[in-house]
Amino acid sequence: MPLVSVRDVHKSFGKLEVLRGVSMDVKKGEVVCIIGPSGSGKSTLIRCINGLNDIQRGSILVEGQEVNDPKLDKLALRKKVGIVFQQYNLFPHKTALENVMMAPVKVLKEPKREVEARARALIAKVRLSGKEDVYPGHLSGGQQQRVAIARSLAMRPDVMLFDEVTAALDPETVKEVLLTIKELAAEGMTCILVTHEMGFAREVADHVYFTDRGVIVEHGPPEELFTEARDERTRRFLSQIF
Amino acid sequence: MKPPAAPFRIDVEALSSFLPSRALRGWHGILILALFLASLAVATAHAQSGGGGGPRSPLSTLIEWIPFILRGFLLNLGMSFLAMAIATVLGIGLGLLQLSRTRFLSAPAWLVTHLFRNSPWLVILFVVMLLVPFELELPGGGIFIMSDWLKATFAFSLPVMANVSEIVRGAIVSIPKGQWESAESLAFTHGQTLRWIILPQCVKRAIPPWMNWYALLAMATPMASILGVREAVGNAQAAMEAAGARPELLVPFYLFLLLLFFAYIYPISIWTRMIERKYAVES
Repeated sequence: MPLVSVRDVHKSFGKLEVLRGVSMDVKKGEVVCIIGPSGSGKSTLIRCINGLNDIQRGSILVEGQEVNDPKLDKLALRKKVGIVFQQYNLFPHKTALENVMMAPVKVLKEPKREVEARARALIAKVRLSGKEDVYPGHLSGGQQQRVAIARSLAMRPDVMLFDEVTAALDPETVKEVLLTIKELAAEGMTCILVTHEMGFAREVADHVYFTDRGVIVEHGPPEELFTEARDERTRRFLSQIF
Repeated sequence: MKPPAAPFRIDVEALSSFLPSRALRGWHGILILALFLASLAVATAHAQSGGGGGPRSPLSTLIEWIPFILRGFLLNLGMSFLAMAIATVLGIGLGLLQLSRTRFLSAPAWLVTHLFRNSPWLVILFVVMLLVPFELELPGGGIFIMSDWLKATFAFSLPVMANVSEIVRGAIVSIPKGQWESAESLAFTHGQTLRWIILPQCVKRAIPPWMNWYALLAMATPMASILGVREAVGNAQAAMEAAGARPELLVPFYLFLLLLFFAYIYPISIWTRMIERKYAVES
């Protein structure tokens, strides 16, 4: 059974139809990249997976649990699904360490000492040892984004969503964030990424989806999609990027 | 991101730019008061050395009554503290209710906020005086006497409450949407997000306008003298009456009141401006 299963999902904002029947399956331990032009519905799709956006039609199953269910236990869903945003969204009044510790302590009510040990280990893992007591305002974009990844991992999710996490970063800090994600993927974390980093997608992804105007135009393993795309729209998009 | 400027904020920065020198500091207010009092003392000494049996000079009359006026001023301070405390507690509640997703809560909160924000304080004062009974029966059977100064304090707290409500609402909506989203994704409930993430960030933004409203409130407390409350202005008027109601007393007495309030309030507005700058630099 796939870890995340998206079936014929439709989503509109008012009259604007953003997703028009999207389906995809993500197996445990798989790294999936979603690429496509701006406004093609990529971000909306992954925001629907953790219930930040609701859907009008279709079904999204995360570990067999229906996300599009009014009786959904959102807490249970969000413990399973972590998300990292383009704008980091760290809590500016809390230090890096406190940012990572907050949700396990306040939401899961886990013992503080245990959470702190885990949080310090996570900060070391994203290569930010020594920055534990620094406030987000004093960290670079790339450092903030890595704290955001650690914060999300502190909830011990089964799947991580990355919504254009390097789009707002300086080129030199993009690398360090991508390295962190790559290490995470190598450890077997299931990852779904919306990205414009084609080199990264090609290197790390197990499967790549190309979306345009609310539909998945084609998908396949990266070596296939990047070299011998079948659809004209995919070829045009890729030729503009490379 | 820069928070949108609150529309109800008194622009301390602009007001102070009308002063002769930007270097004017809080302690200058106290210095002016000290100089004034010193000159009073000199004038009094002069009047007493040269004075015969005629009526005492206006300044020596004033000096004689200053302790009485200052006792009244303590009531101004007490009323302003109590009214601010009431306004803060009620205002925070009202501000949160304004943002409630239930219209049955948000609509009345909006109405109360805007009613008291947009009415003259003096009219509110009269309405409270007339509507609040002199005695309140407590549930236990006891009787609580609503003295005039308490009624006035409650009346002053209402417009400030309404403005605190707007400060709180404005501060909350100025927090970027991403904060709510990331908290939601980390499984925080709405209430937890408000308690742990949104409100702590609001405090910094709300403190300067909150202090501004305290200054306005403290300046409004002499209105209570109209209703016979014995605060600084009421006491000064009583003192002038007792000293023979001579017209030459008016200017020194009211000038003294002016300086008294200025010496208290000006440092507060300087302090507010400092905090505002500090936070502007930090964010």
